[in-house]
Amino acid sequence: MEVRVANVRKEFERFPALHDVSLDIKSGELIALLGPSGSGKTTLLRLIAGLERPTKGKIFFGEEDASQKSIQERNVGFVFQHYALFRHMTVADNIGFGLKVRHGPSRPSAQEIRRRASELLDLVQLSGLEKRYPAQLSGGQRQRVALARAMAIEPAVLLLDEPFGALDAQVRRELRRWLRDIHDATGHTTVFVTHDQEEALELADRVVVMSQGSIEQVGTADEIYDTPNSPFVYGFIGESSALPVKVEDGQVWIADRPIGLSAPHAPQGEATLFFRPHDVDLVDECNGCIAGTVAASRRVAGTRRVELEIGGERQRVEIELPVDHPAAQKSRVAFRPRRWKLFPAP
Amino acid sequence: MADPEIKSYAPHHESQSAAVTESRPAKAVLMIVTFAFLGIFLLLPLIVVFNEAFAKGLSAYTEALTNPDTRSAIHLTLLVAAISVPLNIVFGISAAWAIAKFEFKGKAFLTTLIDLPFSVSPVISGLVYVLLFGAQGLLGGWLKAHGIVILFAVPGIVLATIFVTFPFVARELIPLMQEQGNGDEEAALSLGANGWQAFWYVTLPNVKWGLLYGVLLCNARAMGEFGAVSVVSGHIRGLTNTMPLHVEILYNEYNAAAAFTVASLLAGLALVTLVLKTLLEMRYGAELAATRGH
Repeated sequence: MEVRVANVRKEFERFPALHDVSLDIKSGELIALLGPSGSGKTTLLRLIAGLERPTKGKIFFGEEDASQKSIQERNVGFVFQHYALFRHMTVADNIGFGLKVRHGPSRPSAQEIRRRASELLDLVQLSGLEKRYPAQLSGGQRQRVALARAMAIEPAVLLLDEPFGALDAQVRRELRRWLRDIHDATGHTTVFVTHDQEEALELADRVVVMSQGSIEQVGTADEIYDTPNSPFVYGFIGESSALPVKVEDGQVWIADRPIGLSAPHAPQGEATLFFRPHDVDLVDECNGCIAGTVAASRRVAGTRRVELEIGGERQRVEIELPVDHPAAQKSRVAFRPRRWKLFPAP
Repeated sequence: MADPEIKSYAPHHESQSAAVTESRPAKAVLMIVTFAFLGIFLLLPLIVVFNEAFAKGLSAYTEALTNPDTRSAIHLTLLVAAISVPLNIVFGISAAWAIAKFEFKGKAFLTTLIDLPFSVSPVISGLVYVLLFGAQGLLGGWLKAHGIVILFAVPGIVLATIFVTFPFVARELIPLMQEQGNGDEEAALSLGANGWQAFWYVTLPNVKWGLLYGVLLCNARAMGEFGAVSVVSGHIRGLTNTMPLHVEILYNEYNAAAAFTVASLLAGLALVTLVLKTLLEMRYGAELAATRGH
C-alpha cells in the first residue's frame, strides 16, 4: 500500500513536533526514518499509524484520505520498541489477538487462529514456542513475536518504532538481516524508526533523515552518504570534518591562503567546507592545500585518526590515515580533500 | 592535613559496620520486645474476643447469632458492602485510568482529593452528610419534599461507607497503571481491538492482582467502618445498625457475650482478609517483579 504524507504539522500543547512534513512511501518499500532524539521521527510514525492525529495536513493510504481514520480502521501493524507483548497471554495468544478481537464473519475460528499463529511463528523462526509466555523469552525472541503479532492482521503497512533499540549489538545485527529477509519474502510496505544510521543505511531501500521536526533529505543509502544536501546530514551521517573557509574569485581560501579547491559556482563570502576524514589526499609540497600541526593521533581499528590544528585560529579537523602511513609520525601534515562540499556559513 | 583525617575515618567506618551486625543478645532483646508488643497489643485482644464470644458455650454463641437484631445487622453490613465495594471498584478503575493514562489540568489536585478520606476523621465525613442531607441540611428540604430518605437509613450508610472506602482501589491501581503505561493498550488498538476489548483483554488482566488487593482492603473497611456510619445511621435497631454499631450497642447493654460474638465475626473477617492479603502479596509481588523485568 502506498502511503502519502502531505504537509503534515503536529503540535503537542502548542509546541510543534513536526513542521510541514511531506513524504511519499512507495508500495512494498522498506523505508527508514532516521534522526537524533527529538527530530520528530517517532511522531511521524505514530501519525501514520493513527496513534496521533495531525494538527494540519493529511495522510493518504493509497488514494484514500486516512487522516481522520482511527488506528483500528487503518489496519496497520505496529511494533513497539519495548515489544508491548501481553504478558498474561502465551505467544500463540499474543499473535492471535488481532484475529480474536474481530467481529462477525471476518473473525476466523479458534482452530484457524491457532493455525495462523503457528504459521507466523515459523516465519519468524520461533516454531514450537506457542505455549511460552513473554517473560520466558529473550529480548530478540520477544521482538520477533511482536512482529509476528503485527503481521497476523495482514496489515496494509508495517510500522516499527526503534524495533531493535532495546537489544544488544550482536542480536541487533542478526535481527536486521532477518527483518530484511522477512520484508523481501512478504513484501509489506514497511516504515521503521531508528537513531542508528548503520541500521538505516544497511537495511532500508530509502532513508529519510530528520532533524528538529523536519525532513532534511530523502534518498538511498548512497545518495545520503555521497551527496548530503545540508550541513546537518553531512555531520549526522558518517564521519565528517568541517572547516570555516572563504570563497573568493572561484577559489576556496583559509585565512589568506588558497587551498587548491576551485568552486566557480559557489557564492562569494564565508562558507563551511565539509569532507570525509578518510577521503583525503596527502600532499608533500603545500602548494595550495590544507596544512596543520598534529595535535593528536589515535588508532581506531584499522585506521589512524589524526587531529590537525589548522592556521592561526587553530581550527581542529580530523583526517584518517592508513595505520602504517609515515605521515602519522610527522608533526606537520598537508592534505587536500578528494570529495568535498561547501555550505554557506550559518 | 590528610593523615589525621584518614585516621579518624577508619575507626568510624569500623563502628558503622559493627552497628549493622548486632551482637546476639541485642538481637534477642529486639525480637523479644517486638513480639511482646505485638502479643500484648494485637494478639491478646484477638484471643480475648474469641474467648469472650465462646465464654458461655457454643449454644450461646449460635443463639446470639440467630438473634433477629444481630441477623439484621449482619444483613445490613453485607448489603452495604455489596453496594459500596462494586461502586468503588468502578470509581477506582476510572480514577486510576484517568490519572495514569491521560494528561490533564488538575491531575495533581484529583490525586490529592482521592486521599482526602484517609486524612479526614470518619466522624467528620459522617457529619458532612448530616449537614448535607439532614432535616436542617442544605438539601434536606428538597429531599423531604420529594419523599427521599437518605439520613438515618440505608442510603446514608452506603454513602458514608463509599466516602470512607473510596481511596482503596484507586490508590492501589494508580501506581500500577502509571508504571505499565499505555504501550499494551496501544498495541491492542493497533491490532484492531476496540476500547472495551483493550480494557477487558489487556488492561484488566494487567492489573488484576492489584485490583483484587484493593478490593479486599476496601471490603474489610466497608464492613468494619464505625465512625462515619455511626453518625448517619441513627442506631435504629434491626434497621440501621451495621455490625460494628451493633457490637457497641450490645456492649453498652452489658450483653458482653453477644457483643463479643458479633465482634468475633468481624475479627474473623479481619483474619480472613489478612490471610488473603498475604497470599495476594506473594502472588502480586511476583507479578510486579515480572512486570519490571519485562
